[in-house]
Formats: sequence, structure tokens, C-alpha cells
Amino acid sequence: MHTSEDLDNSRVLLEQVNQALHSGTALRIQGANSKMFLGRAVAGEVLDTRNHRGIVSYDPTELVITARCGTPLAQLTHVLEQARQMLPCEPPAYAGATVGGMIASGLSGPRRPWAGSVRDYVLGTRVITGHGKHLRFGGEVMKNVAGYDLSRLMAGSYGSLGVITEVSLKVLPKPRQCLSISLQMSSERALLRLAEWGQQPLPISAACHDGQRLHLRLEGGEGSVAAARERLGGELLDGAFWADLNAQRLDFFAAGSPLWRLSLPNNTPALALPGQQLIDWGGAQRWLKSDAEASWIRAVVAEVGGHATCYSHGLVDSPFQPLPAALLRYQRSLKYQLDPQGIFNPGRLYAEL
Amino acid sequence: MNILYDERVDGVLPDVDKAALLHALQMRLPQLEVLHEREQLAPYECDGLSAYRTTPLLVALPRHLDEVQELLRICHQMRVPVVARGAGTGLSGGALPLEKGLLLVMARFDKILHIDPGARTARVQPGVRNLAISQAAAPFGLYYAPDPSSQIACSIGGNVAENAGGVHCLKYGLTVHNLLKIEVLTVDGEPLTLGSDALDAPGFDLLALFTGSEGMLGVITEVTVKLLPKPQTAKVLLAAFDSVEQAGRAVADIIAAGIIPGGLEMMDNLAIRAAEDFIHAGYPVDAQAILLCELDGVEADVHDDCNRVRQVLEQAGASEVRQARDEAERVRFWAGRKNAFPAVGRLAPDYYCMDGTIPRRQLAGVLQAIAALSAAYNLRVANVFHAGDGNMHPLILFDANQPGELDRAEALGGKILELCVKVGGSITGEHGVGREKINQMCAQFNSDELTLFHAVKAAFDPGGLLNPGKNIPTLHRCAEFGAMHVHGGQLPFPELERF
Repeated sequence: MHTSEDLDNSRVLLEQVNQALHSGTALRIQGANSKMFLGRAVAGEVLDTRNHRGIVSYDPTELVITARCGTPLAQLTHVLEQARQMLPCEPPAYAGATVGGMIASGLSGPRRPWAGSVRDYVLGTRVITGHGKHLRFGGEVMKNVAGYDLSRLMAGSYGSLGVITEVSLKVLPKPRQCLSISLQMSSERALLRLAEWGQQPLPISAACHDGQRLHLRLEGGEGSVAAARERLGGELLDGAFWADLNAQRLDFFAAGSPLWRLSLPNNTPALALPGQQLIDWGGAQRWLKSDAEASWIRAVVAEVGGHATCYSHGLVDSPFQPLPAALLRYQRSLKYQLDPQGIFNPGRLYAEL
Repeated sequence: MNILYDERVDGVLPDVDKAALLHALQMRLPQLEVLHEREQLAPYECDGLSAYRTTPLLVALPRHLDEVQELLRICHQMRVPVVARGAGTGLSGGALPLEKGLLLVMARFDKILHIDPGARTARVQPGVRNLAISQAAAPFGLYYAPDPSSQIACSIGGNVAENAGGVHCLKYGLTVHNLLKIEVLTVDGEPLTLGSDALDAPGFDLLALFTGSEGMLGVITEVTVKLLPKPQTAKVLLAAFDSVEQAGRAVADIIAAGIIPGGLEMMDNLAIRAAEDFIHAGYPVDAQAILLCELDGVEADVHDDCNRVRQVLEQAGASEVRQARDEAERVRFWAGRKNAFPAVGRLAPDYYCMDGTIPRRQLAGVLQAIAALSAAYNLRVANVFHAGDGNMHPLILFDANQPGELDRAEALGGKILELCVKVGGSITGEHGVGREKINQMCAQFNSDELTLFHAVKAAFDPGGLLNPGKNIPTLHRCAEFGAMHVHGGQLPFPELERF
């Protein structure tokens, strides 16, 4: 499990943060920079996390793995696979992606609606704060409600609240059986079927409609997967489809109109927006390639209780859906308390944070 | 060290003119029910941790959200501390009132606002009972997964505030994993929506931060939870072991076999005998430990997993493995475990329930250490254990009428929690810190970590009016508490002045 590449570089990271605090320099925290296209551009000195790497502990029977932030996500996944375990939230591993970046962005893959998000698997973190301290929150146990849940708060914070140096994650055994199928049907019909199936104990663990076909992944024991396969019919699908979807390698994602991620209540009917759509997460996440105005897209999405993120870097000033004024005020207040000098990824999430 | 609010170490609270507050509430909220006579206040002196009681200044029982909002504005203007309370079933004194504070009872907000079977969500008011959600969802074949043992009485608002768990957490998660959205009012009555009807929301994840924040950051006024399809079937296996070590190893072996049971519970001999005497569940009373392993899901998978688990248990040295033959026997097996607390309660006039968590591999050592502590403090301890997720509930038996026994029970409990921290666990898995474990927080977190917690609090409630004294100890309290626990000649928090 340990390799010669393992390195505890936390002192150096802490030193760099303290120097930045001393000189009032903004830091741009980055691992492999594989998700730089997300969020706003950050001006600042680079704090490279990749030299703080390695798996600190992993005991498959405890269902917990602890890794340093610079550990490549691929390495973590590989170690888990050797014990036939997995991170159920299926974070996308864009080229070189690190564990720290996975937590900071909080992005989850196709299994998300059924298994939970990256945040849901965070048990504990170590964080360098805006007070120049290296602190530990949460731990390596499944249940821990002592103090505020700062560990889960770190997921999806885009490094704006501190430098995540280490994380403990809950992991689970891989399902015994996995099989993918695809069925010819319209997106409207697919959404209706998914809402109906969602109320039944079916072993669906991924559901994507590409405009023509509904792709489903079935995971569970041999019996349930075989029964669902027989009931749902369709054609067998190569399981590599899900990795391609997760890594945005499908043709749909090829260059063209700007790419938007729409996060919606799962049973939202098909949305009338110009451009192409791809339905993922059983309806709860929809990808939109569209030249429509950001404000239009956001208004349509907000109307149904969702929000839209622009995945095309630099297209709009606020790639994340703007927050209501009161909520933004409290988020600023939180940012100020944890990073009083505003040195961590300033402006990455919102200009005001 | 007493856990009741002590202004000397917990911070000075604003002095409140009770008559003026009462007058302001009656003038601005004429419909609001406010209790202020001594005998009216008595029932609200404590929550589920009944050993600790404080008479609140006033008790408000609003029925409308605008009343809550106006009440918070009034209290904020007049600098009155506010303690929110749901059903009052919490076991850590999270809703323990303050003499100088108003108790805000949210129990009357008990309406299920909307069940959406297509979206698999329920939108409810905070005073709705946990079990009532599953009952309302049942006609659609859905249910709300987290099931704390108090689920017939506890309210969802309290579940969110405490991040409540239950016996099915390993597979189905805690409250935080089963929420989509909450509506809250901040300390000055400003409404915020945290989370969304989608699976995520933009910005920092304040939904995660507020879950388990024990009423310190805001008052929860509405909750949208996720619903799951009810598992087609559930089967339970009961295995008896000659030692707790063997039982502990069997748990690891089940996980290693790639099986995540819906529930996986362990009881030690004292708990087994107490439960058997009380419920007649058919438990083997000579066993040193039993495991209850519930497997749920689709029929075919459950059948296969039962066979696998049976094999694992036998290989792990179980002296007996029984599968409940029918639903009645399954319910009986569980009844013993679910009634373990009252059953143990029959063995002594009082019991004190702990809630530490540990990495499971530490189980045998921790149980041995608890046995040694039990002998040293001369108090019996029965152990029930959410074995799947490492959450222990040692039950300390004592008699509050015997002088000194409550203090001894408290001291023993504190030692057990510190032991959990020492082996890499936590002082609380699901009951919360509240007031009960305020001192042990000093063992789990250092002063820098506690300082950061106070900073989080300040982001939402800079005046410290929401539930003061709960969840996060002051550094002064830790300094005094630490002074009583000198370790290796080193005082914790050496940077602090001693008073």
C-alpha cells in the first residue's frame, strides 16, 4: 500500500500558508489542476498539494481509508479495488486528479443519487486554516457528532475555507454483480419510468438518457440483478459507458456550444431550453450544450427548484448560480471567520468569497 | 465538574428582565402561548437527559412561523438567550433550558406538508415525529431511513439538530445523508434555505454544517427529507459467542465478505440477560455476546447473503446461529435489542447511557478497559453496541439515591468517553454533545480546534444567544476541566491563565 512516493509534506504547506498570511498573499491551491475549468479564475501564488501524498491508513474491514491530499485519485481507487472495495460516490478522475481536489470540488459520478455524494463519504479531514493552524476535524469512525461538522463542510468548498491536507473516507464493498443495459425510449418517457422505478426496490445504480436511449446500470447481488435484467429487458451495454460519461468523454461533451450542468429535482419534466441535453443521475443532473443566455438558463432552472453551473471556463463571471443576498452574506461571514485575510482561493466560488 | 450552566466558566449571560420580556412578547405577539408560572415551567426543566434540570425563564409554544420569527427578533433586540426544543427526547441535554433564557418549543409544528412519491421526498414541519414520516410515506411503498430508538416520539427538527442515527446507519446513513433541504431562521429571525430540492446546492454546504449543530446556528423551521423504497424483505440472524472478542472478529469477517447488513448489533452478557428477563426474546443467556445481523433488500439477494453470513459466523466460532423463522420471530429478536435500555433499567434504579464510537478493531480492548473501570468505580456496566458502525452504548447502572453514586457514574462515563477518544474514536456517535459531554469535548479537540468552532458560531450568531453553553466548551471550561486531568505532568492548554 505504501510506496516510495509517499511523503508527508504538511510542514512545508503550513509554512507556505504562514508566509502567505504574513505577507498577505493570496494562494491558489491546486493539485493536478484537472478541474481548473470550474469556478472563477483565481489570482495568487500557487500552493501545490501534490507533494503531500500517500495513503496514511486503510483497513478494509473498518471500511475507512485515510489519504493525504496530493494522493492521485487513481492510486486511491486502485488500492480500494485490490480489496474489492470502492468509493461509492464515483468521483470523476480527470487527468491526474488528486484526493484533495476531489474533496474540494465535491464532484460525484453516476452512482450519486443512489449512493450519495463525496460529502456523504467524508468522515474526517485535516485542514490548514486561515489562522495558520493545522487542525483535525471528524475522524476515522462512521459516526461522530462531536462539534460542528467542518469535515463535510470542506467538500465542495473549492479550497476557499482552508487547505485540505488529509481526508478519511468511508468506503464500501463493490457489488457482487454489475450489468448495464440500454433501452430505446424518448427522454420524456424515460423520466416517467425512472420516477416510477425509483419507488421500487430495483438495483439501479446509474441512469442516463442520451437523447435516444436510456442507459441503466444494475448493481447488487446475482439474484436481484438477474431479476431486474429480465424485467426491464433492453440490450446489454458495455459498462465502459459509465466511465466515459463520468470523464465527459462521450461525443455529447465534444467541443461546441457552452456546457452547463443543471442540478434539478429528479422528477423534473424535460426542460424547454435551446440546445442539446443529456440526462444523468436518473434525472437529477442534466447536461446542457447551449448558446442560451446564462440568465435565461438560470431562470428556467430556478423555476423548478434547481441551479445551473457553467462548465465552460470564462464564459460567465459567476459560473455557479448566484446566491440569494442573505445566504451570500452568511457565506461571506463564514469565509471571513475561517479565512479572515481571504488568502485561500479568493473569488473561486463567487467574487465575494 | 458540574455540567449545569456556570457563568464563571461558560461565559456571562445577559441579565434578562423577565417581566419586560413577557410584556414585549404579549404586546407584539398576543396570540402566542407563553408559560411563565413556576408550575407551568416545571415540565420543561429537562429533556431526555433527566438527571439535569434547569427551570427556564419562559417557555414559548408558537403555532405559526411568523410568531417564531417575531419572537427571535424580540429576543435578539432584548439580548435574550434562546434554547430551541423539539420533542425533548434528546439524551445529551441539548435542549436543557437556561435560567436566563427562553425555551422555544417547536413541537406544535407537526404537519406533514407534502409527500412527493415521484421525487421520493417528504416536506415536513420540524415538530413531526420521525416515525410519522415513514407512516405517511408507507402507502407509496416508501420510508424515511434513519430510525433512532426514540423514533415514535422524537421530532425531525431535533433529529436534524443532533444528526440522529439509529440501528441502520451503516447501510443507510445518518440524518445528514437523508436530507435535501432545511428552512431555518437565524438568530435575528432572517429566513435562509439550506440545500435544495435538487441533490446539491451552490456555495458552501451549510446544510451539512447545520446538521448536528445542536441549535447553535439557527432554528429549523422546515425539513425536506429523502424517502427510500421499502426493502422487499428483511431477515435476521442471531449468533451466540463465548467471548466478545470472537463476536468482534465475526463483525469484521462479515464486512470482509463484502456484505453490508441493514443492521448489525452486539450485546454483552449483562445486556443479554436483562433483555431476556424483560422481553423473553429467546436469547441464549449463557452467551458472552450475541450478534443480531439483519439483511434486507431484494428477496434473492437476502437469501444468498443469509447463507453467506451464516457460514462466516460459524467459521468465526459462533456457538449457535439461528435465523428467525418468520416475521414474528424476527420482531421478537429485535424487541430484545430495542428494549435493551429499559431492560437494563430494571437492574438498577438508574442508568446512564453513553454514546462513544471507536474503530471496530479496538472493540475487545475497549470492552476489557470498560470492565476494569466498572470494577474500579464499583458500578455495573452493560454493553449494547451498534457493531456495524462502531457506536457503543455502555449503560452504567447506579442508584441516584445513594450519596455519591451519580457523581461516580458521571466520572466513570467521562472515563469511558476519554478512552474512546484515545483509541481514535469519538465521544458521541449520535446523541450529541449537548451539555452532557461538554467537558469531554476538551479531550477530543485542542484549543485551536475549539477556537475554530467558536469562529463558526460567530459567523451565524456573533452575540452567542442561540443555545449558549452547548456543544462547544469555552477554553476556560477546558482549562479547569483539564486541570483535574493532569496527564504525564503536562497541563492541557498551558497557554491559558488559571483562575
